[in-house]
Amino acid sequence: MSGVGDLGVERWTPRAAVFVAAALAVLGGLAFGPALFSAAITERLSALFIYVILAVMWNVLAGYGGLVSVGQQAFFGLGAYVAVRLSAAGISVYPALLLAALVVGGLALPIGEVMLRLSGGEFAIGMWVVAELAHLLVNLDPLVQGETGTSLIALDAFGAAARRADTYWAALAAMAFLLALVFLMLRGRLGTALQAIRDDDVAAASIGVRVLATKRVVFVLAAAGAALAGALWLATAITFQPHAYFSVQWTAYMIFMTLVGGLGTFEGPVLGAVLFFIVETAFGASGVWYLVGLGAAALGFALFAPRGVWGAFAARFSPRLLPLGYHVVLPAGLVPALGKKGEEQA
Amino acid sequence: MTQTGPILAATGLGKRFGALVVLEDVDFTVGIGEAVGIVGPNGAGKTTLLNVLSGRYAPEAGRITFRGADVTALDVAARCRLGIARSHQIPRPFGGMTVFENLLVAAAAGAGARGRMAEQRVLETLALCGLLGLANRRGETLGLLDRKRLELARALATEPALLLLDEIGAGLTDGEARGLVEIIGAIRERGIAIVWIEHIVHVLVQVVGRLVCMDAGRVIADGEPAAVLRNAAVIDAYLGSATHAPAHG
Ligand SMILES: Nc1ncnc2c1ncn2[C@@H]1O[C@H](COP(=O)(O)OP(=O)(O)O)[C@@H](O)[C@H]1O
Ligand SMILES: [Mg+2]
Repeated sequence: MSGVGDLGVERWTPRAAVFVAAALAVLGGLAFGPALFSAAITERLSALFIYVILAVMWNVLAGYGGLVSVGQQAFFGLGAYVAVRLSAAGISVYPALLLAALVVGGLALPIGEVMLRLSGGEFAIGMWVVAELAHLLVNLDPLVQGETGTSLIALDAFGAAARRADTYWAALAAMAFLLALVFLMLRGRLGTALQAIRDDDVAAASIGVRVLATKRVVFVLAAAGAALAGALWLATAITFQPHAYFSVQWTAYMIFMTLVGGLGTFEGPVLGAVLFFIVETAFGASGVWYLVGLGAAALGFALFAPRGVWGAFAARFSPRLLPLGYHVVLPAGLVPALGKKGEEQA
Repeated sequence: MTQTGPILAATGLGKRFGALVVLEDVDFTVGIGEAVGIVGPNGAGKTTLLNVLSGRYAPEAGRITFRGADVTALDVAARCRLGIARSHQIPRPFGGMTVFENLLVAAAAGAGARGRMAEQRVLETLALCGLLGLANRRGETLGLLDRKRLELARALATEPALLLLDEIGAGLTDGEARGLVEIIGAIRERGIAIVWIEHIVHVLVQVVGRLVCMDAGRVIADGEPAAVLRNAAVIDAYLGSATHAPAHG
């Protein structure tokens, strides 16, 4: 097999370098948001960053881990609740948000131990049960006073403008960090294992992939990510009423964004979050018909365009905007229509 | 290290699906570097035997040792990392990954290969299996024959000591079958033991030194290929029906 010695394997392409540089530039530019944008836009963009986190994290879980959960609001709500609790215990407010995500990630370890024994529909429903239980338990906390709720009082110490800017930066930093983390994860060895599990977990196990251990990592990461989103949402809303956080609507948003953007791709959920944000901004964020419309759109995509917007685009044009895959640079004679006898020309 | 015992030894294997007994008291051994063929009518339990040997299913009875160590309790991924790789009768490509990536993940997870070294080995395996030209194609875009070749190549990329193949040659033309025999011959030369389930007996006997015939969950013949093919029980259970012998109508 001496012929393969000089074949190159590419990851970065000039186009990917340009795209990644542009994405970093956009993120860098967004850091100046509070100075450039009105208060209303700053607040809306904070919401967008949180949506991106929600979509990217649900995609890690369902798109790569094959773990379709309808109970991620459990971690969203717990993230907010733990942040309230930590803040009430005297931890300063923004570190409390981060710490809350870590605490909930720790809680997700034993929960995952139980839930990952379930498969498919059982897992999905089981997670919904976990969310209901978490909601009930949080309601028992005297600090929360049932559905009366409480608020992140410590935030009142900040002026409105400072709070808005700090929350914006916290959400932006959290989003950038999680995007970078998922990107590096997908680019590394864990990433190929995750893609293999996504495509066929029986086959993945047959080639030596530690499927359960990998799913455990994904479960905890997705939980911590959803918790961070919940804690950040608390920082934008200040009040904590359990039913608003443990609502299945959050998971419905995650599913919508991921399915529309493209399940099991890096770019898809980001695109999906932006689309969701546009729809929400255009049609107003409330009303039964709005939710029905979102549900119908998600269902439509699941049935008729399961790859989502980005997945369909990528399958057709192979844009390779990110250096996540591998590309073998083959000599011209070897790039075949049918690929028979490839080895003889090598 | 010199090892004289068989690379794989299974004794008393039993496997049931509900009330259906699919394997009954099966003994099966493979020597180091040996190539064994398995034939038998559809439903005989050949694929199930492979599933039990590879660790996909746990047997209800029996014991499996690999290189002298008991692996009965190990799952499929752990057995793969020890050196037992398998292909699937119905191909299971990673559809969203390229052919190259399909093998790269196998080399990383199954053989612990890293970096440039892993990439190089994958390219060599692709070349050996005639898939180099398809390296950048996504698994889901391949036709059935290429999917079967991908099954073989991906299993090989885990750098096994024992390769379990389930009907990778079904549906090949004579020319393609010759190519496959060449590939398997090259794999044997690397000292990899092979268990190959295949219906095309004349192709199989070009590679294997030993033939096992299964019927209704049992091994009914095991030995030198020509002798097994002359065996009355084998002719009755398998070859008779396969060749539509009039005596069998
Ligand atoms: N997962 C399963 N669940 C239930 N029955 C099965 C399963 N796998 C195989 N069988 C049954 O076991 C018998 C043997 O199947 P198999 O091992 O695939 O045979 P072969 O590969 O020799 O054609 C068949 O009757 C088949 O229907
Ligand atoms: Mg079979």
